[in-house]
Formats: sequence, C-alpha cells, structure tokens
Amino acid sequence: MSPDSSSQPPASSGTGFNRRSFLRGLGTTVVAAASAQVNAVAQEVGKAAGPGVQGPGAVPVTLKINGKPVKLTLEPRVTLLEALRNSTANTGAKEVCDRATCGACTVLLDGKPIYACSALAIDCEGSEIITVEGLAKDGKLTPVQQAFVECDAMMCGFCTPGFVLSVTALLKEKPRPTEAEVRHACAGNLCRCGTYPHVLKAALKAGGVKVAENTTTVINYADIA
Amino acid sequence: MPTLPDHTPIAAAALGQGRGPQAAKAEILWPTPARVLSTDVLRVDAREKVTGEAKYASDVQPPGWLYAMILRSRWAAAKVTAIDTSEALKVPGVKSIVLAGGEQRRVRYYGTELAAVAATSKQACLDALRAIKVTAEPLPFVVDERDAMKEDAPRVFDGPNLSAPGVKQEGDVANALSSAAAVVEGELSTQVQIHHPLESHGNTIVVKDDGATVWASTQGIFSVRDGIAGNLKLPQSNVQVICDYMGGGFGAKFGPGVEGGLAARLSKETGLPVKLMLTRLEEGLAVGNRPSSIQKIKMGASADGKLTAFEAETVGTPGTGGGGETAGGSGGANVATPYIYKVPNFKVQQRAVATNAGASRAFRAPAHPQGSFGTECMLDDLAVKLGIDPVEIRILNDPGENRRKEYALGRDKFGWKEKYKKPGSSPGPIKTGVGCAGATWGGGGRGTRAEAQINSDGTVEVRVGTQDLGTGSRTLVAMVAAEAFGIRPDQVVARIGDTRFPPSGASGGSTTTASLCPGVWDACQNALAELKTRSGMADVAGPNWAVACRKIGINPISAQGEWKQGLSSSGSGGVQFVEVEVDTDTGYIRVKKVLALMDCGLIVNTLTTTSQINSGIIMGMSYALHEERVMDKATGVVLNHSFDTYKITNLADTPEIECILLNMPERGVIGIAEVSNVPTASAIANAVANAIGVRVPSLPITPAKVLAALGKVPKMSA
Repeated sequence: MSPDSSSQPPASSGTGFNRRSFLRGLGTTVVAAASAQVNAVAQEVGKAAGPGVQGPGAVPVTLKINGKPVKLTLEPRVTLLEALRNSTANTGAKEVCDRATCGACTVLLDGKPIYACSALAIDCEGSEIITVEGLAKDGKLTPVQQAFVECDAMMCGFCTPGFVLSVTALLKEKPRPTEAEVRHACAGNLCRCGTYPHVLKAALKAGGVKVAENTTTVINYADIA
Repeated sequence: MPTLPDHTPIAAAALGQGRGPQAAKAEILWPTPARVLSTDVLRVDAREKVTGEAKYASDVQPPGWLYAMILRSRWAAAKVTAIDTSEALKVPGVKSIVLAGGEQRRVRYYGTELAAVAATSKQACLDALRAIKVTAEPLPFVVDERDAMKEDAPRVFDGPNLSAPGVKQEGDVANALSSAAAVVEGELSTQVQIHHPLESHGNTIVVKDDGATVWASTQGIFSVRDGIAGNLKLPQSNVQVICDYMGGGFGAKFGPGVEGGLAARLSKETGLPVKLMLTRLEEGLAVGNRPSSIQKIKMGASADGKLTAFEAETVGTPGTGGGGETAGGSGGANVATPYIYKVPNFKVQQRAVATNAGASRAFRAPAHPQGSFGTECMLDDLAVKLGIDPVEIRILNDPGENRRKEYALGRDKFGWKEKYKKPGSSPGPIKTGVGCAGATWGGGGRGTRAEAQINSDGTVEVRVGTQDLGTGSRTLVAMVAAEAFGIRPDQVVARIGDTRFPPSGASGGSTTTASLCPGVWDACQNALAELKTRSGMADVAGPNWAVACRKIGINPISAQGEWKQGLSSSGSGGVQFVEVEVDTDTGYIRVKKVLALMDCGLIVNTLTTTSQINSGIIMGMSYALHEERVMDKATGVVLNHSFDTYKITNLADTPEIECILLNMPERGVIGIAEVSNVPTASAIANAVANAIGVRVPSLPITPAKVLAALGKVPKMSA
C-alpha cells in the first residue's frame, strides 16, 4: 500500500465527518495538556459532527465484511481493525504497530487498500470491506495468493495478509505492474523476516510479468578447486 | 566469546554443541543423491498463510476470552509506594487486576510491569489502565551509556554501572603494534537494536483447576510450558502449549515472560481465557534488544598484509540486563572480536555498562554483528593503508578454508576486480563503492525426538514438539519424511507446535533445522523398518508404498526416533559482497546489490534456505542503515518505539540479492539463520567507505553521518 491519500478511508456516509477533517478540526488541542485533552477532544468532536455525534457508549454498527453484513455493537472509538479481530473471526488482518506504519492490518475498503488500525469501524458502515479471508473463492486461491505460495513470499507469515491485499489492490489498478510500481505499492507494508525479494517476485509473477526464476545457485563444495 | 580463531570447530565448541565437519564425515547417513532434500519445495503451510487461516497466538478466540493489557512504570527509576486499583476495578467490563511485583517495589526502567488488567474489551482495559493510581518517589536515572560511565552518574543497581573488564590476551600486543608495518586505529560504535517481531510477545491462556492451555507466540513451547507450570504451581504434564504459527522472535521470545505469567494469573482469577499481547510501545520498552557497543580498536599488520596485532577495548549497554542487583553488566554486552580472525598478538578488554533501560536479550547471532563491524571495518582501513585489495587481505588472514574459497568464488561472480576502485575515486556526486565481509556461526543440532506414524491408507503423520519461526520447520519435517519413505512431501502431515508431541529444544542459535531433521529421519527409518517387517516387502518406496501400507493391519505403525550425531554438524561460514551508491550531496545510501556465499552443510530446502539468507541480509541492511533505539534523557522513555520513527528496511529499499549455496551433504544439516545476518552491515559499511573515501565509524550509517564524515555538516555529538 502506498502511503498516499488512497490509504485514507473515504468520508463516511454515516457520521458526517472523517478522520482527516476530525484531525483538522482538532487544531491545537492535540498538543494540549493530557488532562485537558479528553474534554477538548469531546468538544471538537461535537463541533465537527454537529448534533449527530455518537457515543461514547456502544452503538449498533453493521459492517459488510467479505460480502456479508455483520451486525455489531461497538463503541465509536473502536477501530476497524479492533472490530475485525476482537468482534468477528476475521483475524487475518494483524495488529502490529496500531498507528498506520506497517501495513499488517491492510484491508480493502471499497476496493482501496487502507490501514484498518486507523479507520474507525463506524466510519466503515456502508462500505465493502474485504479482508484476506475474503479473497479465495470456493477454496481456490487468487492469482496473487497462488504467486505468493509459489515464490515463497512469506516466512513467519504475519505480514503476509497485508502484502497480499496491497498487491491485490495494485494489480486491480495496474494489471501488469513494473518493478518500481510494486516497490512503491508495497512500501507501506513492513516485513521483519525480510521476505521482500520473494514478495516482489510474486507480485510481478501474479501480474504476468516475466521474472528470473532463480537467483540462487547451488554448488557442491566438493567440486570447488 | 572474544576470539574465534578458526570458525568451524571453535564456534561449535563455543556453543557447547555439535561437532566439526571432520567428525561428521565418519558416517554418512543422509542419502546421496537425495530425491526430495536439497530441492525447492513449497511451504506446506503457505496456503494457510496467504488466506488468513493460519491462527497465531494473537488470533485464537476461545469462548468468553478477555482482553488484557499491562500497566507499566512511567518512571525510569523510582520507588513505587502504592498502587491503587479501586477506581479501575469499577470500570465497566473490568474483570480482574493483578499486580506484577507487589505494591511496593523499586523500578529501574521506564516500562517495568506494575499491574495487568483483564476486561471484556480493549477499550475497557485502556480505561482501567488510566484509572490505576500509582504513587512513587522518582529517583535519578541514566539512559545513555556514555553518561552512565561517568563517576557521578546515578547508579542503576547498588554497585557501579560499569562492570570490571573481562580480559583475553595472547602474545605481546604492544610490541607487535610498535613493530607492525602499518597500524590503524579507531573508535567504532554500534547502536541498540530492537527485535520488533511483527507479532508482539504474548499469549492466550486458559487456566482451569487442573491445568492450563496456552497459545504462545514463542521460540520454545516447552520453556513456556515449564514457566507457566511453575508460575501456577501446576504439574508440567497438565500444561499444554500450542504454537501452530508465530510471528517472529529473533531471540527475544523464550519462556512465557512477565506478560505470560500475568496472563496466567488473570485467567486463574477470572476463570476465563485471557489474551495478553503486548503493544508496539511495550515491544520497544521491555522485551529485548541487542546491546550497543563502543569499540576502541588498534590493528597492525606486516607489509604483506598478515595481521600481527589486535587490541580492543569495548563497552556496551545491555540496559538492566545481565547485571543482577549488585553490579553493572556481566558481559551481556561483549562483542565477538577480533571475530573470525586469528591474530598472534591480541588483547581484548570488554565491559558492560548498566543503564535504566529494558534488558537486552539474545538477538540473531548475539555479539557477532557488533564484533564483525569493528573488526571488518578496521581490516578494510588497514588494507587501504597497505595498498592491498580487501578481498586479498581476507583470503590471506581468514583461517576458515570454506570462507577463503567463498571469497575467491564470489570475487569472480561479483565482478570485484572491475568494481573495486580506489576509495572515493568514482566521478560525480553519486559515488559507487563495494565492500565485503565474512562471518561464522555454530548452528548445530541437539536432542530432538520425533514420532512417525504410517497409516494403512498410506498417509503419514510426523509429530515433533518444535515450533516454526518462519524458517519453514513444518515443511522440512514433511520433506525429510518424504525422503525417507520415497513419497511426496504433500503426502505427509507434519504436526508441530504442541507440547503433547515428542520434545524438541527451543529455537535459538540456528539449531532448529539441524535438530529436528535428524530426529525425524531417525523416526522415519524406524517406522520404515517396521513397515518392511509387517509387509514382508524389502522395497516399500515409491510405487510399492500403497501396497506395503495396506498390509499394515489395524494398528498404524508408530515409531519414535531421536537426533543422532552425524546427521547434523555445526560451524557455518559465509561471506557477502555489497555494492552501494552514495549521494554525497544528500548522504543517501542505496544498496544496489548483495551477493551472499554460504556453506550450508546439507541443504534441506533450497527455496526456504534462499528465503532465510534474504532474511539475514535484509535485517543486516536494516541494522546498517536504519535501526537505532533512541532514549529520552529527560524521561527515560524509548522515543522511537514504532516503525514511523524506528525505521526498518522496506521493499522499496530492498537491493538485488543473489545467493550461492555451497552444498556439503557429507556434513549433515547446519543452521544458517544467524550467519547470514552477520556480515551484511560490515560489508555495507566497507562499501560506503569505499564509495566516499572516508570511514563512517558508527551504525546506523545515516545520511547525516555520511555528510558529517565528508565534512559537509558538523559532526553530531556522541
């Protein structure tokens, strides 16, 4: 997922304000003293949202996850990632940094890759949410998933769902991406094991781009002079 | 481990395990040529990982599970006098709060566990943590290792911060330095590196009256089992630890940890399952790091480049680790120096300095990257001073025969002779440079038991109580069984990650593959013998498999086996070549190409071996250029705990990587996870020095340090 505007959730149809305008509305209060911050935030939320403000108690939320509506009761401060992982069985999106830097929580929101840790669940009402669990149909892997398998584009696997979704979104936009486009599209996903060369290979392979099959040579030690 | 004169036998001895290649040659038990081994085999659990079906400790959701979080000290040093949880217990959804170490206690770093809360939601936990009132008397503290060495520095423990030096010496270093044809000296430093496995530390735990089930993110399921059993005073036999998948460890995930003990107590208190996974901030504060190092080195050689003298004084901080209550560090910050080189006259003095920071833990090849950086950088500077090619000076001085061959092979493959130019001599503002470095690690095997079961329908199950850190253990189990039985890996169900399976050791020191493959092979050989007996067939492999298995009868064949000497050995050597571009206007470094040559013993899976070497190189590059824990001197907090400010290498940064694997099946299986990580940072540092013509003596090599080395901006104070 590229760290550009497409990683931001679109404006919500339900609550009348989005994260960006919320942050803009906060203005200087984000640097206010911690003790005053909670009240200040509440006031700013009130101003930004008008009379329709929800919470702080739990409210009913219906999320459309992998094509199925799921009825949940969530506090408005619950993120999409928390809703998925703690209130549904969709644990494919992982919590790693919880601050929009690592991409492990990537999901598709109306087809766009977003960091689920940085979207509020209530803002995602009315949107199509696709998690890694929603990609394979009838047990058949998508070409991206298949390429990840074939290229060994994973080690511990914790970042893998995020990468699979970032590459899936890229290929929708650019079915035959260049290497530079894959690097850019995946720059917002981090892997601690260091599987990047194989992720790159898998993305290009899934896009039908010819890649060198093997960069590894095996030499029998006994044959070396 | 101050000196490692000859990599193979010495490294093995240093780890107290494994044997050298000579011993392994005595009996060859792996088949040659192999049918399945040493080929590319796709991960047997790849499908689960790309679909989200793989369930990690942080993913399991036993019915009624509670969310749990930890309250940590916000003082770097303090005497805690009271912890009042009464208001927090009133927060709706809160089920239990337990204290981590009593109400009155001394804390020595920002992030020390004070209490833990279990509640019906994360939000309730957050509210409860805010509602716990902690009263404490703040005490003076010190988080910077240079500050901590000063006479008047606040003491982290009762004794002095600085440990007494550990000294190793041989020959007459003073005389050798004065008579050397060339001497180089420098102060080199390496940073504190945070492990940051993507899956944080933690467990999901269900405690019942008579036992417990733990889903752990761990490198050692049995060590978690024993730790939790001890914590809850339960029989070990009644604690089951499951680790189907885990999201990385790198040395920081042995045992249940404080967080595991707290989760167990919360589950016991509430009678409900508890999931307690640490946050990224907690990963930065409290669960391990690689110690820093400051290395003052003098190195001397004869005119022909033969090393004659080496002197080093090192100090680093393991935080509050390795020190106990009465003294500073106890050697937890030692570096392996002069690393792989055998120098006839050397003196090495090493100390650790305690700071008010989270304790260090084992981190991918502990002590080696630091030792490699100091030694290999100085060796390159010496080569330049003597006018000797850096590859030549290594072939001349490296006692490891394997590495000498790797240097010779790699030099041609890399095009070293064409690419290596006089330092700083490439034209234009963007300068190219090349560098190389070598490494060693033990990586031997040790006692693992395994169980192989052959069913009458021809299916096979293999059970091993090991865990897969991402290296592909489950796949290797299937491959070894397939090799033994003459079937395909996908005909084998490999079951791992459960303490109810035959025991295997913790995954540390690159020992997992070399431990489990021999155990599985032995179990399969025993099962095979039984199959031959029961079927009355001498050849049961391949096309005969199904026929033979049908003759098994009602009871499946089940055989145990164990790790055997000769099927694994230890002592792996590798070298890496690196090409970089350095923009001398901005200081930006681009790593263009890395060539790795690695002696691998018997390569089990060529594909996952390649992934592992890529992994080592990328983490090494991250160490070289990006990673550094930054402590706040005013509060003692880790300022850059998350990935927006704690940079790690990403796909956009990733260079072209080429691997040359030296297959040595006669040596048996050897782990390569650590040796592949060690030389990268040193080779990059040497390539940067070659590009810009001056040495950047400090990791990470940031643009600011490059520009400072070039004299374009003032040097930062240390």
